[in-house]
Parts: sequence; C-alpha cells; structure tokens
Amino acid sequence: MDKPIRVLVAKPGLDGHDRGAKMIARALRDAGMEVIYTGLRQTPEQIVAAAIQEDVDIIGMSILSGAHNHLFPKVIGLLKDQDAEDIMVIAGGVIPEDDIPALKEAGVAAIFTPGALTTEIVQFIRDNIKR
Amino acid sequence: MELINKMLKGDKRACARLISIVENDEKESEKLIKKIYKYTGKAHIIGITGPPGAGKSTLTDKYAKLLRKSDYIVGVIAVDPTSPYTGGAILGDRIRMNDLALDPGVFIRSMGTRGYLGGLAKATRNAVKILDAYGCDYIIIETVGVGQSEVDIVKAADTVVLVMVPGLGDDIQSIKAGIMEIGDLFVVNKSDLFGAQRTATEINMMLDMSQNTDRRPPVVMVTANQNKNIDQMAQEIQRHYEYLVENGLLEERRKKNIKRELLELVEEELKKLVIRETESNGELDRMTDILFNKETDPFTLRDRLLSTIK
Repeated sequence: MDKPIRVLVAKPGLDGHDRGAKMIARALRDAGMEVIYTGLRQTPEQIVAAAIQEDVDIIGMSILSGAHNHLFPKVIGLLKDQDAEDIMVIAGGVIPEDDIPALKEAGVAAIFTPGALTTEIVQFIRDNIKR
Repeated sequence: MELINKMLKGDKRACARLISIVENDEKESEKLIKKIYKYTGKAHIIGITGPPGAGKSTLTDKYAKLLRKSDYIVGVIAVDPTSPYTGGAILGDRIRMNDLALDPGVFIRSMGTRGYLGGLAKATRNAVKILDAYGCDYIIIETVGVGQSEVDIVKAADTVVLVMVPGLGDDIQSIKAGIMEIGDLFVVNKSDLFGAQRTATEINMMLDMSQNTDRRPPVVMVTANQNKNIDQMAQEIQRHYEYLVENGLLEERRKKNIKRELLELVEEELKKLVIRETESNGELDRMTDILFNKETDPFTLRDRLLSTIK
C-alpha cells in the first residue's frame, strides 16, 4: 500500500506571517504528502506534542520574527526528551547566513531561506526522511 | 507486539505508531486488530458531521474541553480530504484544537480520506478501535466537510451530531433524503448570525414531519467560537447515549455496525480473490471482451465466477 510522507508544518513564535508556511504546505500537498497544518503562534511544546500524536516523518517550521536561535533548538531538545529524535526537523524563513551553521549543529537538517524553490524542498524531504 | 503493550499503558507515541500501521499496512493492521479487539467497545463514540466550514473543528475543540473538565479521556479523529490527483492532503483541523495538544488526557489524530468517499477514511474505524483500547472514554470522529450523501459516520458512531449553519438554502434542503436523516442531534452553529433562528425552525419542522415517534432528535443552537451553549449540546449527547442504553438500542446499533463491518471485510476479500484468480491468466480481460461483444450478460458471468470459487 502507498504510504504517504507525513509532514507537520508549524509556525512557532509570535510573528503572524504565514503565507510562506501555507505556500510550502500547498507545495508538499501537491507533491503527494500529507501535511498537518497547525497554524500560527505555536509553542515548541505544542509542536512536539502534535508531531508525536500525528506520527509525522518530519517537522517543517517557519519563522520570520528572529527568534529562530531559541525556538528551533528548543523543538529539537523536546523531541530528544521524548525519544522522538528520529523525526527530522527542517526550517525556513528569514534566517541570517551567520546563524545557519549553529542551527545545523543543533540538529536542524536543512534551512531554506527566501529564494529557495519549493521543488528543492520536496526533493530534500524525499531524499532524506528515514523510513 | 511491544507497541501494543506500551499503548495499553497509555503511551501516546505507541498509540500514534499503531494508528499509522492501520493506515498504511494492511497485513500488520490485521494482526494488530486481532490482538486489541477484545479491549474495544468501552468508549462512547460521537460523530460530528456537517458541511465544510460549519465549525465542526471548533465545536470538537470546545466539546473536548468540556469533557476534560470531568476528567474524561478524550480521543479525536479528524478527517480531511485527500487529493484525488496527487494523493496529498492538507489536514488542517488541528488549527482549531491547538491548546488541546498539550493536555495529557487528549489524543488528536488527523487522517486523510485517501480515496474514500463516505466522509471517513478507510482506516478510521480501526483507528477508533485503537483509541478505544488506549483508554478513551469519549472518541470524537470529525468527518470531512460533507455534502448530501456522505453518511459513513453512522456505521462508526453511537451518536451522530449534524452541524448546520444559517444561509445554506431553503427549507426544501432539510427534507431531502441522505445526510439530514442521520442526525441523532442537530446543532445550528454560528447562531449569532442572521438567519440562524430560521435554520433551526426549518430543521424542527422537518423533524416534526417524521413518522418515527420513538425519539425526536433535539435541535441545539450554539456559537462554538464563543463557547456558547456547548454545555447544552453535551447534555443532549449524553441524553442520547442514555436513551440508547435504556432501550437496548446501543447494543442493537453496535451489532448492526459490527455485522456491516464483517460483511464489508468478506466482500473486500472475495473481490481480491476473484481478481487474483482471473487477472494474471487473462480471464478477466477475456470476460470483459465477451461482455463488450454482448455474447452474454454480467449476471451470468458473475455466477460463473462465484461458482469457480465455491
């Protein structure tokens, strides 16, 4: 039987700009994935709880507020606490070049900044999820 | 299976994994359901159905919160449509239920319909069984937004709540067959909007025309996003459950659904068997040609196929 890739798309933090997240959700849907869209202003705790209940393969987060250095590692830490570090984390948004190495070090598998192609993101997910 | 033991002890991750198995893996799913079937049948299963945008998710959120005040364990299965073109889906019901995510007594799972057309996914009934075994006191199934004839929810729920909103058409809509016949309880949501009273009146008139005198479904006006009258809806759901129990109808209803499920399983297996027997050797194609050329009719061929299996 066909087993679609399940992705949680979430917006942690306080900025209210979700057009990017919706674009990505739509692109992943069109690529045949099941996208659980949780909307704006999610806490890291909510994101991890939802990811576990939904048994997703991957979490995609979008931040435009500048809080990425705090929120992304927090989500990864919570996943580890719950023995769920097999769930891959990718991120997008307005993220300065200088911050990217540290975020990758913290466990974010990939970071897509403005200008990234949706096809690139789809391909990255297909190539990298653990099945 | 290790996962089953964990799930029975209340492990959410294990529960989530098991639901994925019933969604994705037919063979493993069978083994799993065989093991947990005896633990099912305890929860009160409530179906929430209605047109897209009627407020089913918001209503589910508010109702689940009310149940949590009495410490009941609540499971939610929220179904959204899968694309017939790509197989992808946007499952967005959780947006209305975000603050339930952290409640240890709530488990929410989104499901895509994956080609099923009756308002549920194929695996919904088995996912309900897992949540039942997991220990949920109440399981709320939120269907996809339905039109007029997606009535699979009656096969899966003890109580069906039909959510309507003002402005969807005149009173003739309410006497049509199909979806309007399956509500054990009618809820007019967004009752702060113009026309809500009229919608309620039309539903009431439809219900008063019914010949069934045993029980007339109540109509409750609520405004889910303002948490208004949710308690009244909850009371009516409880009252319906008590009505079923007191009149021996819960058993009757569940037996009917069990029988239906069994027959569906047999039907599915039988079909697979026929395909297995006739597809690879070209028999199915030969029969198609025979029918196309009108050499015989489909009923005769059906009987011939069935007799080869016997």
